Amino acid sequence: MSYEMQFAGLQGQHLDATFAALADPTRRAILARLVTGEASVAELAEPFAMSQPAISKHLKVLERAGLISRGRDAQRRPCKLEALPLAEANEWLERYRECWEQNFQRLDALLEEMKAEGERTTSLKTRQKRRVHKRQ
Amino acid sequence: MTMTKEVGKLKIAASGDRGIVMTREFNAPRKLVFDAWTKPELLKRWLAGPVGWTMTVCVINLEIGGSYRYEWKHENGQEMGMGGIYREIVPNERLVVTEEFDAAWYPGGAVTTTTLAEKNGVTTVETTVVYDSTEARDGVLRSPMETGVAASYDRLEKLLDTNFA
Repeated sequence: MSYEMQFAGLQGQHLDATFAALADPTRRAILARLVTGEASVAELAEPFAMSQPAISKHLKVLERAGLISRGRDAQRRPCKLEALPLAEANEWLERYRECWEQNFQRLDALLEEMKAEGERTTSLKTRQKRRVHKRQ
Repeated sequence: MTMTKEVGKLKIAASGDRGIVMTREFNAPRKLVFDAWTKPELLKRWLAGPVGWTMTVCVINLEIGGSYRYEWKHENGQEMGMGGIYREIVPNERLVVTEEFDAAWYPGGAVTTTTLAEKNGVTTVETTVVYDSTEARDGVLRSPMETGVAASYDRLEKLLDTNFA
């Protein structure tokens, strides 16, 4: 049930890679660090108890998702945040949430109605049973 | 009316393998929630989408291998439709369906699993959408979203705060 994405009118396919990249806490922390400015692999590895190759793996995922870009400088290859895919993911998620919340609020109201209806039916049946008992 | 604090709070999480996971609690027994999810006359009343849309067609053949068909219409005349097949049905507990839109906006379709768990009269519904994204991963279209270009780092930070795990 993802019709709200269609409603939202967004092309969602490339967001798969974005969301997959964001699913990892280390990668989110790396992005949060890059908000403050460019950084080299060594600088990014520092706050984590991780080797540079391990960090490099995460960076590759982020790069593939278009969330970061790497500088040309062969030695340092600084990482830079690319805001567009994140902005798109954010926008999409917000619309997704909004749309479903609207649906679910209607469902809340409907369920209250169904519960009240159920109670009425139950008490009606109880009354009917009583009547049957009286007749007997 | 007794409402627990958690009721009414929609949680959405995204993860690579599973696509999108959405969790919501409802202040009703799961039998009623299941009915509301599978009976056309009930489903039509809530699955309308954003303001301006109404659900015009809702046909459900609730059996394994059975199909369903949904159509919506906007006030401005725009229409939209989708459908799929029921793969698994455990009454009041679990539904697995395939879904495909008439005007496909992503390659292939998706499989949606909905589970219902009841505790103290509150039903937790978890919906997982997994996209058939083989082609998607090749990264076809990139939406030309002007608003996205203008995005500020504030929004970025908000997003990073979202619990994706």
